[in-house]
Amino acid sequence: MRRFLITLSALLFSAPALAAGGDAKLTHIDWSFNGPFGTFDQASLQRGFQVYSEVCASCHSLEYIAFRNLADLGYNEAEIKAIAAQYEVEDGPNDEGEMFMRPAIPADRFPSPYPNENAARAANGGAYPPDLSLMIKARPNGADYMYSLMTGYVDAPEGIEVPDGMYYNASYPGGMIAMPQPLYGEDVEYADGHAAEIADHAKDITAFLAWTAEPELESRKRIGVASMIFLLLMTVMSYFAMRFIWADVKKAKA
Amino acid sequence: MAKTSSQSKKDDVPVKSRRDFIVVATYAMGAVGAGAVAWPLIDQMNPAADTLALASIEVDVSKIEEGQSITLKWRGKPVFIRHRTKDEIGRANDVALTDLRDPQADVDRAEKPEFLVLLGVCTHLGCVPLGQKVGEVKGEYDGWFCPCHGSHYDTSGRIRKGPAPTNLEIPPYSFVSDQVIKIG
Amino acid sequence: MSQTQFKNPVVKWVDHRLPIFSMVNHTLHDYPTPRNLNYFWNFGSLAGLSLVIMIVTGIVLAMSYTPHVDYAFESVERIMRDVNHGWLIRYIHMNGASFFFIVVFIHMFRGLYYGSYKAPRELLWMLGVVIFLLMMATAFMGYVLPWGQMSFWGATVITNLFSAVPFVGDSLVTFLWGGFSVDNPTLNRFFALHYLMPFVIAGVVILHIVALHKFGSNNPLGIDMTGPQDSIPFHPYYTIKDFFGISVFLTIFAAAVFFFPNAMGHPDNYIPANALQTPAHIVPEWYFLPFYAILRAVPDKLGGVLAMFGAIAVLFILPWLDRSPVRSAKFRPIFKIFFWVFFADCLLLGYLGAMPAEGIYVILSRIATVWYFAHFLLILPILSVIETPRPLPQSISSPVLGGGGAMAGAAAAPKEKA
Repeated sequence: MRRFLITLSALLFSAPALAAGGDAKLTHIDWSFNGPFGTFDQASLQRGFQVYSEVCASCHSLEYIAFRNLADLGYNEAEIKAIAAQYEVEDGPNDEGEMFMRPAIPADRFPSPYPNENAARAANGGAYPPDLSLMIKARPNGADYMYSLMTGYVDAPEGIEVPDGMYYNASYPGGMIAMPQPLYGEDVEYADGHAAEIADHAKDITAFLAWTAEPELESRKRIGVASMIFLLLMTVMSYFAMRFIWADVKKAKA
Repeated sequence: MAKTSSQSKKDDVPVKSRRDFIVVATYAMGAVGAGAVAWPLIDQMNPAADTLALASIEVDVSKIEEGQSITLKWRGKPVFIRHRTKDEIGRANDVALTDLRDPQADVDRAEKPEFLVLLGVCTHLGCVPLGQKVGEVKGEYDGWFCPCHGSHYDTSGRIRKGPAPTNLEIPPYSFVSDQVIKIG
Repeated sequence: MSQTQFKNPVVKWVDHRLPIFSMVNHTLHDYPTPRNLNYFWNFGSLAGLSLVIMIVTGIVLAMSYTPHVDYAFESVERIMRDVNHGWLIRYIHMNGASFFFIVVFIHMFRGLYYGSYKAPRELLWMLGVVIFLLMMATAFMGYVLPWGQMSFWGATVITNLFSAVPFVGDSLVTFLWGGFSVDNPTLNRFFALHYLMPFVIAGVVILHIVALHKFGSNNPLGIDMTGPQDSIPFHPYYTIKDFFGISVFLTIFAAAVFFFPNAMGHPDNYIPANALQTPAHIVPEWYFLPFYAILRAVPDKLGGVLAMFGAIAVLFILPWLDRSPVRSAKFRPIFKIFFWVFFADCLLLGYLGAMPAEGIYVILSRIATVWYFAHFLLILPILSVIETPRPLPQSISSPVLGGGGAMAGAAAAPKEKA
């Protein structure tokens, strides 16, 4: 009856994977945040943040991230204040009942490039540039998908007509995407002097978005490893405790 | 029953005590584990990161003209910042400490005499005193007046008349630059 | 069970007036339990633990969750990002639902294999089915609360099932929604009910335990205890064994929570609900998949809904479908084969529920659905008449007599668990 458990668990873990199967091509990257001991590479996150600010931010919001969260990327309080001050957020109403703009403070979240979804659609030919905070969690194999998408802009294969306002991307399900190629390499010059090929940009923006999706990842895995050690020890101890307690019953039977 | 059979083996004591130790240690581990799990469940009630991020605020006071006050919300309570006139500062300093219910010199209440920062909560029963806006009742001492039970505060926010026991509270604050106050 | 068993005078005083200590002592200490239970009997206590985990984390989550369409998704993200340890509590709750179902499914299959539903435990079994139904309702409503795409469309599809009810279907669905689509009133009432249901479950669990203790646990041999030589007190033997089971369970559970927290969820639920756009491929949570497959196997709307509810309803009358006096599959060679076929059939249904409803999958779901019902309505009644069971051992403590096969099986069983 042991196979009972094995088959059941095999089914449980294969079903979502089967359901998520797609036709798009994915490049698998050995991300630093993969695996039980995975952590983020702060330098890469900072570069990814630069890519987001200089490229993605013109169309995509980052709704769930506040400037104060940038402390995770290794910025200190003064740097975060300075970054926040570059953005304007709406506040109010003031005593006259008017809404007004003021420089952002660390407690504010990243302002959205558009006032609402309809404005975003109107500015982008009907397509809605989705919020990026959760993008990596909201797609199957999110990190690999994001990297593949960023590097997946190729010429459409023979015989495939790309309509106006659409672009061909080998990694996008169905191939036709409304987003024009965002990264070309070299257009974002990294502050830390890191190589700025398209693959570097894609890796860094993916790492940054992996962080925005799961800012708890590092502490989760750290607590996880400690918990596993504790629970495994408790399992072994309780096994022997059980053997000892049951010993006389066993003996009586034999 | 099985229990009796375990008692009948009392003779091999070292084995039994080793067993008991493992059993007790196992259950102790369970108790430690349960305690460790309890902490996050309790700690989640403490203020969250977004709440803490607003626990201290910075205010630019350069735009408050002499004789004007602003009210802002800090940690869910009103904070009064008044740019006092020379006359108000003078009157606050002229009072003899012996005349005060809660004796405190004005210099101990304002880091810079021209800016008075107060928690706008009456020390009697927690109402918000009047006197911030032009035309509001300022009370007999020309400071603030609590309409709930008639407490009168002077130009330093000190209690002068009425049921309130102590002066209006001063929140923790400091000047981060000449014109910017950090409250909290 | 007199109060003289307690030495502490306070305990004695209280117990004389309010016999809670006697009750606890009776259920968790003295309670005579068959000495030959194997590890499959651990899943009852694991289910209880799962319920406790879900209620505790759920209450805590409700302190930071906002049941409003404009704030629900946002408040869940706030729990994940800003609330102290919020991500941990939410991941425990989210994965806890899946593990609760894993545990309960194993608990149910154990009951099916060892005939735990047979006289005199029919009501015990039926109360278990009630718990299972309540769990499904609770899980479904809980999945709606984060207000992601799958929450919204899952709620839409499942509530639309009720539109298949003749005559009043449409008004019934409008009633469930509190409007003309799944919207704020729906979310708000689902939250209220999701908070209520676990306590109802806890109440039924108490009845389940009362019914259990009336005749005691079934056991792998499926024969009644004949005297004190067949039983051992619950404490310390089964307390430590349950503790060991809990340790193993928590280790696996923690691995999921800390290292694969989203493996059993669907990525689309991290996209906020959008009433104007259905996700390309909607699937219910994995624990509903077998029932979802049965629903889709029937080409008629009302028929599909009836088949799906029938799949659970049939469990209620199971004690009267399987008339064989022998409980354990150990002594029922033909039943044993059919049990495993049925088990495979359930797995197949689960797989088919995740597949698109087209081509070979439709045909397979129909075959699997027919088999599911045939197992209960045809195979079990017929088997109870034609099957010749192997001779049963005389008692749990002396499984001698009878055929060699029975003896070997019985003797091997206790060794497995050490």
